Amino acid sequence: MKVRAQFALIFNLDKCIGCHTCSVTCKNTWTSRKGVEYAWFNNVETKPGIGYPQNWEDQVQWSGGWARNKNGKLTLRQGGRLAELIRIFANPALPEIRDYYEPFTFDYAHLINAPESEATPTARPVSQVSGRIMEKIAWGPNWEDEQGGSFDQRSRDSNFRGIDARIYKGFKETFHFYLPRICNHCLNPACVAACPSAAIYKREEDGLVLVDQDRCRGWRFCISACPYKKVYFNWESGKSEKCIGCYPRVESGMPTICSETCVGKIRYNGIILYDADRISEAAVMEGEKDIYEKHLSMFLDPNDPEVIEQAVKDGIPNDWIDAAQRSPIYKIAVDWRLALPLHPEFRTLPMVWYVPPMSPIQSEIDQGSLPTQADGVLPDLSALRIPVRYLANLLTAGDEKPVRLALRRLLALRSYERMKAVEKRVDLKVLEEVGLSEEQAAEMYRYLAIAKYEDRFVVPTSHVENSLESAYAYQGENGFSFDNPKTGVSKASLFPKRRTGTAVENEEAVSGSSNMSSPSGAIFRKKPL
Amino acid sequence: MSYLLDRLTFFRRPHEPFSGGHGEKIVEDRRWEEAYRNRWRHDKIARSTHGVNCTGSCSWRIHVKDGVVVFETQAVDYPRNGPELPDHEPRGCQRGASFSWYLYSPHRIKYPMIRRRLLELYRAERATGKDPVEAWTGIQADSEKRRYYTAVRGLGGFVRTTWEESTEIIAAANIYTIKKYGPDRIAGFSPIPAMSMVSFSSGSRYLSLIGATMLSFYDWYCDLPPSSPQTWGEQTDVPESAAWYQSGYIIVAGTDLPTTRTPDAHFYSEVRYRGTKIVAVAPDYSSLTKFADLWMPIRAGTDAALFMAMVHVVLKEFFIDGKEPYFIDYVKNYTDLPMQVLLREDAGGDWVADRFLRASDLPGRSGQSENAEWKTVVYDTHTESFRCPNGSVGFRWEKHSEGNAESRWNLKMEDAVTGEKIAPSLTALDETDETSRVMFPCFASGEAKTVIRKVPSRRVGLEDGGEARVCTVFDLLVSHYGVDRSLGDAATAKSFDDADAPYTPAWQEAITGIKRADVIRTAREFADNAAKTGGRSMIIMGAGTNHWYHDDMGYRAVISLVELCGCVGQIGGGWAHYVGQERLRPLAGFVPIMAALDWSRPPRQMNGTSFWYLHTDQWRYERMQVDHLLSPTARGRYRGYSFADYNVAAARMGWLPTAPHFNRNPLDLADQAGKEGAKTEAEVAQWLATSLEKGDVRLAFEDVDDPVNWPRNLFVWRGNLIGTSAKGHEYFLKHLLGAQNAVLSEGTEGAVSREIKWHEQAPVGKLDLMVDFNFRLNSTGATADIVLPAATWYEKDDLNTTDMHTFIHPLTAAIDPAWDSRSDWQAYRTIARQFSRLAAKHLGKRTDLVSTPLMHDTPSELGQALGVKDWGHGEARCTPGKNAPQVNLVERDYTLIAEKFETIGPLLEKLGNGFEGINWDTKEEVAWLAAHNGTRATAAGKRPLIDRDEKVCDAILALAPETNGEVAMKAWRAEEHHTGLSLAHLAEGRRDERMTLHDLKARPRRCITAPNASGIIDPKGELTYNFATTNVHERIPFRTLTGRAQFYQDHEWMLDFGEGLVLFRPPLSMDALLEHKRGDELTLRFLTPHGKWGIHSTYQDNLRMLNLSRGGPHAWISEVDAESVGIQDNDWMEIINVNGATVARAVVSQKVPRGVCLMYHAQEKTINVPGSPTTHRRGGILNSVTRVVVKPTHMIGGYAQQSWGLNYYGPVGSQRDTMVRVRRFDDREVDWLEGPLTEAIEREPSALGRFRREAADNPGEKS
Repeated sequence: MKVRAQFALIFNLDKCIGCHTCSVTCKNTWTSRKGVEYAWFNNVETKPGIGYPQNWEDQVQWSGGWARNKNGKLTLRQGGRLAELIRIFANPALPEIRDYYEPFTFDYAHLINAPESEATPTARPVSQVSGRIMEKIAWGPNWEDEQGGSFDQRSRDSNFRGIDARIYKGFKETFHFYLPRICNHCLNPACVAACPSAAIYKREEDGLVLVDQDRCRGWRFCISACPYKKVYFNWESGKSEKCIGCYPRVESGMPTICSETCVGKIRYNGIILYDADRISEAAVMEGEKDIYEKHLSMFLDPNDPEVIEQAVKDGIPNDWIDAAQRSPIYKIAVDWRLALPLHPEFRTLPMVWYVPPMSPIQSEIDQGSLPTQADGVLPDLSALRIPVRYLANLLTAGDEKPVRLALRRLLALRSYERMKAVEKRVDLKVLEEVGLSEEQAAEMYRYLAIAKYEDRFVVPTSHVENSLESAYAYQGENGFSFDNPKTGVSKASLFPKRRTGTAVENEEAVSGSSNMSSPSGAIFRKKPL
Repeated sequence: MSYLLDRLTFFRRPHEPFSGGHGEKIVEDRRWEEAYRNRWRHDKIARSTHGVNCTGSCSWRIHVKDGVVVFETQAVDYPRNGPELPDHEPRGCQRGASFSWYLYSPHRIKYPMIRRRLLELYRAERATGKDPVEAWTGIQADSEKRRYYTAVRGLGGFVRTTWEESTEIIAAANIYTIKKYGPDRIAGFSPIPAMSMVSFSSGSRYLSLIGATMLSFYDWYCDLPPSSPQTWGEQTDVPESAAWYQSGYIIVAGTDLPTTRTPDAHFYSEVRYRGTKIVAVAPDYSSLTKFADLWMPIRAGTDAALFMAMVHVVLKEFFIDGKEPYFIDYVKNYTDLPMQVLLREDAGGDWVADRFLRASDLPGRSGQSENAEWKTVVYDTHTESFRCPNGSVGFRWEKHSEGNAESRWNLKMEDAVTGEKIAPSLTALDETDETSRVMFPCFASGEAKTVIRKVPSRRVGLEDGGEARVCTVFDLLVSHYGVDRSLGDAATAKSFDDADAPYTPAWQEAITGIKRADVIRTAREFADNAAKTGGRSMIIMGAGTNHWYHDDMGYRAVISLVELCGCVGQIGGGWAHYVGQERLRPLAGFVPIMAALDWSRPPRQMNGTSFWYLHTDQWRYERMQVDHLLSPTARGRYRGYSFADYNVAAARMGWLPTAPHFNRNPLDLADQAGKEGAKTEAEVAQWLATSLEKGDVRLAFEDVDDPVNWPRNLFVWRGNLIGTSAKGHEYFLKHLLGAQNAVLSEGTEGAVSREIKWHEQAPVGKLDLMVDFNFRLNSTGATADIVLPAATWYEKDDLNTTDMHTFIHPLTAAIDPAWDSRSDWQAYRTIARQFSRLAAKHLGKRTDLVSTPLMHDTPSELGQALGVKDWGHGEARCTPGKNAPQVNLVERDYTLIAEKFETIGPLLEKLGNGFEGINWDTKEEVAWLAAHNGTRATAAGKRPLIDRDEKVCDAILALAPETNGEVAMKAWRAEEHHTGLSLAHLAEGRRDERMTLHDLKARPRRCITAPNASGIIDPKGELTYNFATTNVHERIPFRTLTGRAQFYQDHEWMLDFGEGLVLFRPPLSMDALLEHKRGDELTLRFLTPHGKWGIHSTYQDNLRMLNLSRGGPHAWISEVDAESVGIQDNDWMEIINVNGATVARAVVSQKVPRGVCLMYHAQEKTINVPGSPTTHRRGGILNSVTRVVVKPTHMIGGYAQQSWGLNYYGPVGSQRDTMVRVRRFDDREVDWLEGPLTEAIEREPSALGRFRREAADNPGEKS
């Protein structure tokens, strides 16, 4: 057993209102600049739909993630080092800009500056790539919003596999839900393994996966390797960038921006302890449907004395263990089994999990015989409008059992609470049927419904003092940044190579007291394949 | 460097393999991580919010880095709601989060801009030595000069100017207009003050000081639900969103909560875990449906039929077959259902429900000496007699209750004379054998018919010795709904499955498309939940229900359901109307400053709908015939009148306001009255009444197209009148602005008008000057003559409240106004200074004759009690204040506008402060402000300063009970006096609180419970705010005729239109289609719901939102419809009818039902819109194909709750019943119309001529 702590997230799709506030606050902070106009570290898709970039889930097309080879070993689906080398200047699985969308702005200034004209001035679209007028905008990062676009187009969604999509084409058969997506900060990240420059790493302390902007050489194998297509190429800097898990906030004990600004309150941030020695075992499970259970079994009970003992040995700070014990992630994913991983069959062991949406319920059933739960008012699972198979294809590699369990538990919670609130009686039978105790139901209600800030977000601070040689010196020096890009060191790159040999750095090297920037730290890489 | 170092030290660093060698741990230099950390680091966080149009009222942290606003995230420091309720954090949505984009974007208006041609003309005049007013006069005197700049409005051609020059021109235009035409020819439009009260107040204060007219917006937007004032005498008061969480059963109809109440939607998703059932009523599969347990895909515009069927079920099962004691007790105490209604015998021997029985009808006037005509009556089962209980409006305005603690204006069910308890009878059924055959109007088929049903009735002896038949409202209601009561009445419903009987579940199927089983089950569950929880069933509704012509029918049907189930006033229950509603909580602080009541009273205020309907000449195009809407049982004394005629009659009788008032300058009228011997206000009123009767003076509306009666100057700030708000956009362009337009018909229909003089030649370009204040260039800026650069919401101090929660939020200047922008307060202050400077020579001191209608919440709401007598028809003498407008004289020293603008005047100390008929002394607060804000010397002595935005904030906060506990106590004491109830306990615990802007910047604060709202604010946040809580739990009356929630509306006009009781009226199919089809076209109903990517037009042009949507205007149609005419997703489409044309790209979607085109609200032609192939004009905005139609019942006035109040009651600007033709056009047909303006184009602003020529050449198919 090797205990590690992972910063993980759960998104409750049942509560997602599809507002995209997460996308906007993220973009404003991280990707509102040249080179990454098209990149949304956080995006939200309407499902069913082909998403952003188009059809990203179809690994036949994109060859992302891992595959299990004949020998029972894991290999990158896009191939190993040799295959990379061969395709290093022409990677066929690399999405092009049109697979995302041609980023656009508008000629706003024309509205104000237009001379007297034959008609009211209008601001026409301008490509943010070429700077030229675009005749017609034909795709965007959220083109399918609220089921926009023909069903034939949207139903190319690969989650329809095994389902006759045509029966969902009609007006009355329609259903949709939203799928917000960020980098999954996987336990077994394909992007890390794919990087020829060893620029991508997983941080030891919190498991966030980052692209070192100094090391990145823009080979872009991370982009094709990531099955979620959550690494983006910055065409201005020539390097890859991705969701950074808001580490500048997380290190200070704050939730990610997308999480804190989530006005639907669907996001949970927390620490989970897992056994790093079992990564390959889980990722390599033969049956795709078995990966989820194996992945789940890697998570360690933070209250187990053995786990605690090993965690201390493995250098996990005490408040991180405490945070893991209070973690909403463990409760929702492990205790109640409400949350499930996105496409476990990609074998990257993603760490953003999703509670499946239980609503909406059918309308076409005669209400006179609507199948209801014990309360007599609320519908039961058989009335669900979204095909369970569709959710299973999304979250459990097609295994419907875990999805059904999660949905039945959500429905049981509702029925139980309704009887308390309206009928003024406690009916434990409805809970027992889905294997929940009264205490668990109370906790579920607290976390899902009341969802206070402190319960949604349990984020310990980074204990940077442990990795600094002198926190005392660092305290006063922190923030003096004479290598700031704004000083004009490099005009070519957003994140230029740092200046060398400043007085401060020399002094620091002599005294060995501190770094101006953050210190060195441990990271995880894939061993070269 | 780190990379190199790492490589050099590679072998010294530890390598620890894990997971069987699957990965390895190494130690590396990670200093590069600082790059992202530096992005996150910032220098300052300021608290602000978004200041117009959005009722979100969300607290935001504005992050400033190096003096630049970089991004915003929501505040999460709201006071908590206790462990049983989710908290409010983090309020704020995708739109608010993208606001910072505007600050530095190329869209920002940085400097004052003016139309080049106007500036040329002005400078040329000034160069001849004229002063500014003379220069403006010179331009206006020459029709070609005037045309030269007005005809190119909207076509570009702005140049930069200065604040000095632009405000000089504005002031000169104002002075010229006041002098030549009158101050009532200047108008101001700005919406929703609650969102930025100081900014709203800036313009309205300036305009009120000079005597100009402030226009309403809520009614014009059609967001005002007339049903609310009709039923409760309340504009709108609604549950805060947290109250959804305390509900046990929720039906949502016509409001897409996740889309339009984004920061609140979590309460809606979360309450499901509490076991609350959600029923979504929506024509399309909108985002609210995602959370529903049941989706009712209703046919658009038929909500009344659905909810009436539910009421039918509830009446049958909970009142007739079963008797739910909670419901019965509730309706007896809080509704008019036990009130007695007179039956009038019809010529055929059947009966028609008439007005309420009044105390004045009863022998001895039931012991009521005062206002007996305004006191309604019940039948008491204890004494078996007709008794007059407390609470009706007559008690509200009794003079003797002044200084008398025994006010009877309360909801104690007591005899108003003896104080004995009354047991009101709900029905005569069990007590008499008599029934009357009553004729009920029925419009279910689209035609006016009657249904005759038996109603249990009684006889009553009258004061005049006669006898009359009466029945309870309840008995009328049950019969009206056709619920069988075993009276052997064949006309009632045999069962719920009786599809022939109107208002049954089976009957509604054919209308709504909803299965009867769904309706029956939902109604039953809704009522059952209410019975078990004490009324915690709720219906949430909005624009989708309220924007229809017969909006009050849909809403009254919903309200009937929640009233019958005892939900109104109960936490977690009742109606929840969410569209454009606002709650300006510190009202008593805001109103005096906004309307300059501290210096002069009354202000000039005007209802927007009538103003725009008449002045943009939409009435000239009116194809709807009013007579078709009349009930067969109508007295119909106005038969043959057009909508506009009804408006003139209503204005004449003092029901609706006027702007301009008369065909004369009101300053000159005051002078003339004085010269002819009228000195006092009463004498001038009498003088005017005589002049009106003789026809010496006429209402301006009687000849609205006469240039003398045109509006001349228009100010727009904080809003987008010409874009978002101009229903009938093309008519605005044509008639009001004289600009290029696409009106596609001549407009001859208005010639039939009986009250308005017809001019064959329609006026074009009524406005001399339009001024817009803005931070971006939208449709209003594009058509304005002067655009002033406004500070954004992150660059000024202001205040913000909502009814979605009970907090009050500040706007804060995170940075000072960028470039040359100014806050609205400072901008108007600049104008006021210019005005005062120029006025000395041209205006000086004048007396202004201000005409006001009979206002709600004032004694003048007791106008004509027992029927309508129109002096214009010779039925009575013209009596100002009773059947004609009130007359007021206001002294205006035009040289003192600037100093009055920036100080608080003496009238607050002299007259006190108050609202809704109560008044309290506020000298202490004014004195405190003098000390806190400082003073300056004025002609009225040293006065407290409000020269800076933050001082205005503190003035509002100090004067209002919601933000000053001491004032709250004074207000409640006044309300106690008004009602005879004990009420001050509602604020006692917060008496010591006094909020200032400084406090609000530190943290959101909850307001204090005050009497102008009917909900209670729990400082602990555990009990949520809901409408009518103080009515139901403290027994304060509703501000209606009966003092109760009214199912029955007994005004003569109401009965004429058959709407005494709610009934289903089908949507209009407005005959506004073009005569000729052009190829494959769809004929669709045009729906304009509020969308996801904007708050009205704001944010629709924001790059973030455009990226996340379709990058410009788009409209949704069903896949089936699209396929039928070959439209594919993203094809260009033209949406067209006789009102004009708009162009958008298609979103083809399965979520849309057949037969409708959804164009989400307020998409404008300023972004990515090519020309229309039909009109050869820029492809229009969503309002290019709309035109409003007004409803006469909304014009009723001087009748208790049906009295006019700004944004309270009045005709609503309904446009939802529009039909359009939709056709695709090829990408190759796209013409971006980017050529220069030519002489030929300039000379033909109207699209109509060319359209006619092309139609003649290519007749197409006749449709």
